Amino acid sequence: MSDLFYSDISSLNQGLESKAFSAVELMQSVIDRTDAVEAKINAFVDRDAEDVLKQAQASDERRARGESLGAFDGIPVGIKDILAVKGQSLRCASKMLDGYRSPYDATCITKLKEAGAVIWGRLNMDEFAMGSSTENSAFGVTANPWNLDYIPGGSSGGSAAAVSAGEAIVTLGTDTGGSIRQPAALCGVVGMKPTYGLVSRYGLVAFASSLDQVGPLSRNVKDSALLLEAITGHDPLDSTSLNQPKVSYSSALDQPRKKMTLGVPKEFFQQGIDQEIKVAVEKAIDWYRSEGYAIEEISLPNSELCVPVYYIIATAEASSNLARFDGVRYSHRSKDAENILELFSKSRGEGFGEEVKRRIILGTYVLSSGYYDAYYLRAQKVRSLIRQDFEQAFAKVDAIITPTSPTPAFKRGEKNNDPLAMYLNDIYTISVNLAGLPALSLPVGMTQNNLPIGMQIIGKAFGESDILTVAHDFEINHEYKNMRPTI
Amino acid sequence: MSESDKQINIDYVAQLARLELSDDDKAKLSGQLNDILQYFEKLNSVDVEGIEPMAHAHKVDNVWREGDEPSAVFSKDVLKAMAPESREDQVVVPKVVE
Repeated sequence: MSDLFYSDISSLNQGLESKAFSAVELMQSVIDRTDAVEAKINAFVDRDAEDVLKQAQASDERRARGESLGAFDGIPVGIKDILAVKGQSLRCASKMLDGYRSPYDATCITKLKEAGAVIWGRLNMDEFAMGSSTENSAFGVTANPWNLDYIPGGSSGGSAAAVSAGEAIVTLGTDTGGSIRQPAALCGVVGMKPTYGLVSRYGLVAFASSLDQVGPLSRNVKDSALLLEAITGHDPLDSTSLNQPKVSYSSALDQPRKKMTLGVPKEFFQQGIDQEIKVAVEKAIDWYRSEGYAIEEISLPNSELCVPVYYIIATAEASSNLARFDGVRYSHRSKDAENILELFSKSRGEGFGEEVKRRIILGTYVLSSGYYDAYYLRAQKVRSLIRQDFEQAFAKVDAIITPTSPTPAFKRGEKNNDPLAMYLNDIYTISVNLAGLPALSLPVGMTQNNLPIGMQIIGKAFGESDILTVAHDFEINHEYKNMRPTI
Repeated sequence: MSESDKQINIDYVAQLARLELSDDDKAKLSGQLNDILQYFEKLNSVDVEGIEPMAHAHKVDNVWREGDEPSAVFSKDVLKAMAPESREDQVVVPKVVE
């Protein structure tokens, strides 16, 4: 029972059902583990042991009455500090929202509560999800559990590090340009961004509304499948939520394996990629070939344009979304303001961190009179071309394989003064958000320095079952899911 | 558009964004943002003639509500508790009208 905190959902569920242990004992195991490693990892910005033990107690009482709510009843799920949980702090790792408590639940949280999950803590992130290293948090950096001097990736760095370090069974993150997949890759766990519109964004603090999606992080593919199916579904409170039939992704994994055609875009293996990552992903592709999958070289010719397109569209949307933080009805208010304009600009100047300011300025600029056509409109047109590239590729293949990130985790502070170098870290993940497709990152190797390597599997719109199946096939034939960092 | 037109006038943009920046912030951001804008020039190599702009991954139409059904809203107390300053059930702000 000592390693409950490193167990998967299916075995925990069996243990809970057979009364081998209680939900309170499970939660206590996760709390003890968190207390033991958190001083080194700093995955959480807030956590309340008393509250989660009460939730676990309620789960045990339901089960004792024969009223278990299913596979998630009593399972602790860690939550990124950007999703609203009623009564809990919601700060997006920003001073701007210090003291704010959410008056309502995000739809994905409502669904988890209905499934009996224990809603566990607030996980660290880059401020307002802007960053690729979790160094842009107002509440301290999170360490990569595999090497504490290295960054965990971002922006969902706390969500990835917590899963890797055994501080949660599974977690929710959000992904606007790779913010679930890149930290998952860098921390050696599974992370998935669903098709745009599959999971409601209601209660997710908006960064770039046309790109943001909520998704799962876990230590194996099946747990991500289970968590995803728990949070999907049409939501009238999000006008971009799509009305799709509910799919059981976890049962798709148990179906007989279908040998799919996998596309390998040549553009993703050229300049700028770390050799160890290239070799590990090519080795994984060779494995698929040897197992009878058809491997086809494809081209996504506009790939290199995705970084400028993304940083125009995402910052434009962010500058508009973050206008709501003005110090009037909620959020930080400056004490030095003498008139209403000063109240806005001083509150925002004091509340936002450096990267958020950089993106607000950039987004405001590309939308401003005289520059809109040259930047924003042009970027939206090139976004159409990026989507067309994927449409053409998916006419021939079932899924696309790429590295998740061009490099493994880097040292803390290494890219702090070069925002452009930091932005280029997202080069393999952001085209997926621009096209609205699903993709996941799966651990496929380790570097000589003992840092994890992630492989990205991209699917057609609503092709979640396909990419989960492809990932699961690799996972059950390799040992990476059982690797644990020494902390 | 000439090159100088594409330099960010940081004071003007910060004012549009209602964002106060320190002199140090301005100096640092100006340099970085101009590098980033230069990188954005890549997009000028693409022929976008006749290409439709894309704002969303899927076609999104207006979603209308079925009539104006009353539903649960936050109480006055919940909203007041969020406000940095309030008085007599109103949010207090500095004088807006001279």
